[in-house]
Amino acid sequence: MIGRIGRKGISFVSELGELTLFSASSLGSLLRGRHLVEKLFRAIYEIGVRCIPITLIVGLFTGLVLGLQLYYVLTKFSSESLLGQAVALSIIMEIGPVFTAIMIVGQAGSALSAEIGIQRNAEQIDALKTMRIDPLAFLVSPRLYAALICFPILTAFFDIVGILGGHLTGVSMLGVDEGAYWNRIYESVSLRNVRDGFIKALAFGLITTAICAFQGYFTHVKASVPGARGVSQTTTRAVVLSSIAILATDYLLTSFLLEK
Amino acid sequence: MKNTYLRIRGLSKRFGDLVVLDAIDLDIPLNSHTTVIGKSGIGKSVLLKCLSGLLMPDSGEVFLDGTPGKFPQCAYMFQQNALFDSQTVWENVALPLRERERISQKDLSHRVNSLVEQLELENAVDKYPAEISGGMKKRVALARALITNPEIILFDEPTTGLDPERKFSVFDMIRSYRERFGFTVIMVSHDVPEVFGITDQVAWLDAGKIKYWGSPEDLEISPPPELEAFLNPKLSSQSSAA
Repeated sequence: MIGRIGRKGISFVSELGELTLFSASSLGSLLRGRHLVEKLFRAIYEIGVRCIPITLIVGLFTGLVLGLQLYYVLTKFSSESLLGQAVALSIIMEIGPVFTAIMIVGQAGSALSAEIGIQRNAEQIDALKTMRIDPLAFLVSPRLYAALICFPILTAFFDIVGILGGHLTGVSMLGVDEGAYWNRIYESVSLRNVRDGFIKALAFGLITTAICAFQGYFTHVKASVPGARGVSQTTTRAVVLSSIAILATDYLLTSFLLEK
Repeated sequence: MKNTYLRIRGLSKRFGDLVVLDAIDLDIPLNSHTTVIGKSGIGKSVLLKCLSGLLMPDSGEVFLDGTPGKFPQCAYMFQQNALFDSQTVWENVALPLRERERISQKDLSHRVNSLVEQLELENAVDKYPAEISGGMKKRVALARALITNPEIILFDEPTTGLDPERKFSVFDMIRSYRERFGFTVIMVSHDVPEVFGITDQVAWLDAGKIKYWGSPEDLEISPPPELEAFLNPKLSSQSSAA
């Protein structure tokens, strides 16, 4: 039993090391590739533009639910006027970055992992190596940088729509004073809160994109079966690990950022 | 045999305890066609991957034109072609130039179009690999390999899964383009004796070693008994039964 836990622990640490090296090599390989702007724009389209609808929809519903829940909690303390503050701070500091990252992982991260996994199985990655084209610079690096650009922007979209959703429930439906709603947000949300949210978004973008690319890139060694089932296995693992990583990183970053 | 262009000495590769290549020696003449034959899973593709740099050999030396440690500029033709399925035929052929060399769009177009024309792919340039035939895919893969003017092209079982007619047309394609472009071929194939018609020398890989190495004519006149058993398994089983 102890031996098994030990082996799992060693395997986890070793995989974490591999992932770190993979991410660092990918980030460093950007300048080894060619047509960077073209690749970056394509990656921004895949990770950013295509995820806008889902981010806006989830942001709106999150704001609606949050407005409703917090209104009934605050009513118990006769503090409905604090609704704007409660909704905005919850979304900007926690829910916005976390939900946006999970949504992007579900849409773009899984697609990235599956695409690279299929390319590995079809020997396209080996073909790149034999053509002396760096596969990391060609396949992974533009996506990592695109994620660093897209995650904070999509998080900002989520935050705005979420706050509007809270307004829709609290002000338009439940009768909270509109002036109080906006004024509370204006008074309570500082630049530091917004910055902390963006720091989280950047961290989630880097970590989740690296995990998804890593799982796809090494699908031939990570999956227990080869072929299509192997790709499906590593894609699922990429999404699960990314989601866990988002929550674990969120906890670490929150405790670090709140202490400062 | 002509002058040796690529000299392989003592090339070894193991995976864990399994020795796949055990001090392989092989000489490849310039502009020749060498075919490596042997049972499935014996390590033929591993040998090609070691030569292409996809795998690092554990030991051994490679001499290019007598210079040690210098690896040739190889292009690799994969069994399943390894074309990028989301890129058109033109983009696939242009890929190595676009990604590796500083080249103007005009020069790129000129080089790709001229090669596409020579390989009779003009009508397929805007198509995706899924929209063209198996033979055409092979030609696209060959065009992609030839675009950077490699010294050696490594063919990994190029006729796997093809019917006899298509098999011969692929062999014919390799022969005619080799004559036209003047590259050196190292090929792994199961198709014996069909492949003897286009190859200059045959290397038989067995138990990690090159156990026979010579021209197909010599092989047909006096094959070593072990190799004869590999080439004619039916005859060999009949004689052992008798």
